[in-house]
Amino acid sequence: MFRGIHFIPPDTKIDFVGLRAITWIVSALLTVVPLVLVATVGLNMGIDFQGGTLIEIKTKESPANLADIRSRINALGLGEVQIQEFGAPDAVLIRIASQPTEQEQQASIAKVKGALGDEVEYRRVEIVGPTISGELIASGTIAVVVALLGILIYVWFRFEWQFAVAAIASLIHDVTGTIGLYSLFQLEFNVSSIAAILTIIGYSLNDKVVIFDRIRENLRKYKRMPLVQLLDVSINETLARAVLTHVTTFLAMLPFLFFGGETIFGFALAMCWGIVIGAYSSIFVASPLQLILGVKRDAFSAAPATSAKQKGPAAARA
Amino acid sequence: MLHFQRWKIILVLGIVIAGILFSLPNLFPAATMARMPSWLPHKQVNLGLDLQGGAHLLYQLDQKEMVQDWLNNIRGDVRETLRKDRIGYSDLAQDLAKRSVSVTIREPADMDKAYAALKKLAVPVGGDVFAGFSGYDLDVAKAGDTAITLTVTDPGMAHRMTSAIQASIETIRRRVDAFGTTEPSIQREGANRVLVQVPGIQDVERLKTLIGETGKLEFKMVDPAVDAAQAAATKQVPVGDELVYGTEVPPVPYVLKDQVLVSGQNLVDAQPGFDSRTGEPVVTFRFDAAGAKRFGKVTQENVGLPFAIVLDNKVVSAPVIREPILGGTGQISGNFTVQRANDLAVLLRSGALPAKLTVIEERTVGASLGADSIASGKKAAIMGLALVMIFMLAGYGLFGMFANIALIFNIALIFAVLSLLGATLTLPGIAGIVLTIGIAVDANVLINERIREEIRSGKSPYAAVDAGYSRALITIIDSNVTTLIAVLVLFWLGSGPVRGFAVTLTIGILASMFTAVTVTRLMVSYWLRWTRPQLIPI
Repeated sequence: MFRGIHFIPPDTKIDFVGLRAITWIVSALLTVVPLVLVATVGLNMGIDFQGGTLIEIKTKESPANLADIRSRINALGLGEVQIQEFGAPDAVLIRIASQPTEQEQQASIAKVKGALGDEVEYRRVEIVGPTISGELIASGTIAVVVALLGILIYVWFRFEWQFAVAAIASLIHDVTGTIGLYSLFQLEFNVSSIAAILTIIGYSLNDKVVIFDRIRENLRKYKRMPLVQLLDVSINETLARAVLTHVTTFLAMLPFLFFGGETIFGFALAMCWGIVIGAYSSIFVASPLQLILGVKRDAFSAAPATSAKQKGPAAARA
Repeated sequence: MLHFQRWKIILVLGIVIAGILFSLPNLFPAATMARMPSWLPHKQVNLGLDLQGGAHLLYQLDQKEMVQDWLNNIRGDVRETLRKDRIGYSDLAQDLAKRSVSVTIREPADMDKAYAALKKLAVPVGGDVFAGFSGYDLDVAKAGDTAITLTVTDPGMAHRMTSAIQASIETIRRRVDAFGTTEPSIQREGANRVLVQVPGIQDVERLKTLIGETGKLEFKMVDPAVDAAQAAATKQVPVGDELVYGTEVPPVPYVLKDQVLVSGQNLVDAQPGFDSRTGEPVVTFRFDAAGAKRFGKVTQENVGLPFAIVLDNKVVSAPVIREPILGGTGQISGNFTVQRANDLAVLLRSGALPAKLTVIEERTVGASLGADSIASGKKAAIMGLALVMIFMLAGYGLFGMFANIALIFNIALIFAVLSLLGATLTLPGIAGIVLTIGIAVDANVLINERIREEIRSGKSPYAAVDAGYSRALITIIDSNVTTLIAVLVLFWLGSGPVRGFAVTLTIGILASMFTAVTVTRLMVSYWLRWTRPQLIPI
């Protein structure tokens, strides 16, 4: 009977930790370059966080006459206006900067509708006033911090502090890497971007937990093995599941990137990228960090009561 | 772990069958479901505004205006109270920032009497039934030897805000209902906000106009002794008069006596109609008994003089009273379009808002974009599902097949729970389902990889499968918990579409622990029992 393809052969032995001279640099770049990008190029802040008006229209003629639309809207004197094609030749996205008051904000939309007339179909109108955008920035930031703290506490509770610190460090690596993607491609950064980041935080931790489990188990099993070698053994033993779980999720999300439509494109791209960077950081950031943080073997042999008290070593986990 | 007790098998099968049954209505159009026998489940998933089109409007009550109105009233009350008790006073003033009114009593000897009288203006505000009395709405205090200040307290403010919001919700509901759309949702958000969600609405601008108008109707006399144009130029009117502009462009000024003859509170009905002589669209109205009596008296005394119909401090029209209007009915004309007459009637029937409402967030999606989003979401989800299934089949053969069957059950369960909870499916929600598809089979990857490992270590098929399931379980729980932590935070953060994502992902992950672990385990255990394999095909 067909046994299924072993995508990752069971006897795989890659010297992951041995590559750390290179991967540290890569990881550092993945963390620092996004910060530099955000500081220099900046993020394409959506109206959620900046306030403003966003209008998606569909024109009768295809392709839409962007120049004409631009001149009509600019004539209204509403401040900074962005006009771009949106996914299809007859679809246009108009973004208008935040107006000084909520009333003017409301008036701006009426003006635009007056300028464009009835020939266009209004597919989407979003107006976010200054009150809401301020609140969304605050709650978005709080959400990411709270999620990271929650996970820190959870991992600390389940493992030792070294693992918790390594987990958070690699999650921060994933978050900055994802924010870098937004900056690099100038994708609109909005509430759904925060949703993507939070989901990546939660999901990316999954296989870190799998590898941590194996490291802990092997620390008990091979008392004399050098830590570098032990980490490599642990990563290789769990490589198939760490990689394959990401592959399934990546495959599920991939069609959304191409067929999900323009409104959700940024979210889908961030998710796909987050899945990849999460897989990378599990192997190349979270695990080698144990070398620096110095996991204490005694913690497991002398006092197994710390956190692995539920089962004996024989009941090692997946 | 592979042995199932009979009741467990029945329970598992029961949940799966129920999941399929309750998710089935979603496969058919609503019209088809309406023809089905009534004992079948009918509930379908609600589509979010981003999928069916509609308007999401977040309103904020103008707190400043509310306080201003209140302080005006307090000032009036103070004046009346002191006059009634014949207490001399001066410097009656209000301070918006401090939310207070202060008054100076002329004779220090009157201080105690004035204080006692003004103290009575404070009304106790009952918190709730259990907390009972939570203080007065006003704090009346002596300031020095001659002054008294009345300050609005926090409980008083909160109480006022709550009743204003509740009154606003009622008023908005009556106005939105006039559009006849299905299931609008109007609810309080936070302390001073109202969220209005109207699915399927076409004319959002009209909706906003109708909700945004305060709708305060007043009948006042025009002061015939003053030249309005001159008053407008000098901005000066006699005491007891006020300058009000009309709705025309450019606005025409009117000088009105500031006493309100009759207000919108006395209206019992308002209907759009046509003037019997000119055929022009008008709004006809009817007063209640008290209103009719007062209006009759005023019109009787002022035949031949103009009066003004004032809506939200703008003169709609200023007709001359030709004859006493004693029946309590009348009509308002003002060069209305048919639609404006309709809307005005709705506005008057629904009553006035307690304060001005401002839109602070608006998200409107057209029906065509919603339909496009459904189509693209569906397409992407089906393709994602297909890719995952092919991958699982290729990677794990028969065991991949088990995982795939469980995956179908998982999706059915998500839709069943969404339908039963009356939860809302949004485009990000569809992405959440897709993500669930990926995460659900992760559990099977973990289990199957563990089984492979157990086989390599020389275990018998039965023991390997058993160990694979039991040892993978904690890891599966662990990894799902971390995802759930993040998603729950998201649920707290998000509104609308994003919250829809958190909802489907949460339901999906919880359901996947059941389908990907328990349901596949049941299938594998039966398969083992029936075929008694020497080798596990994995």
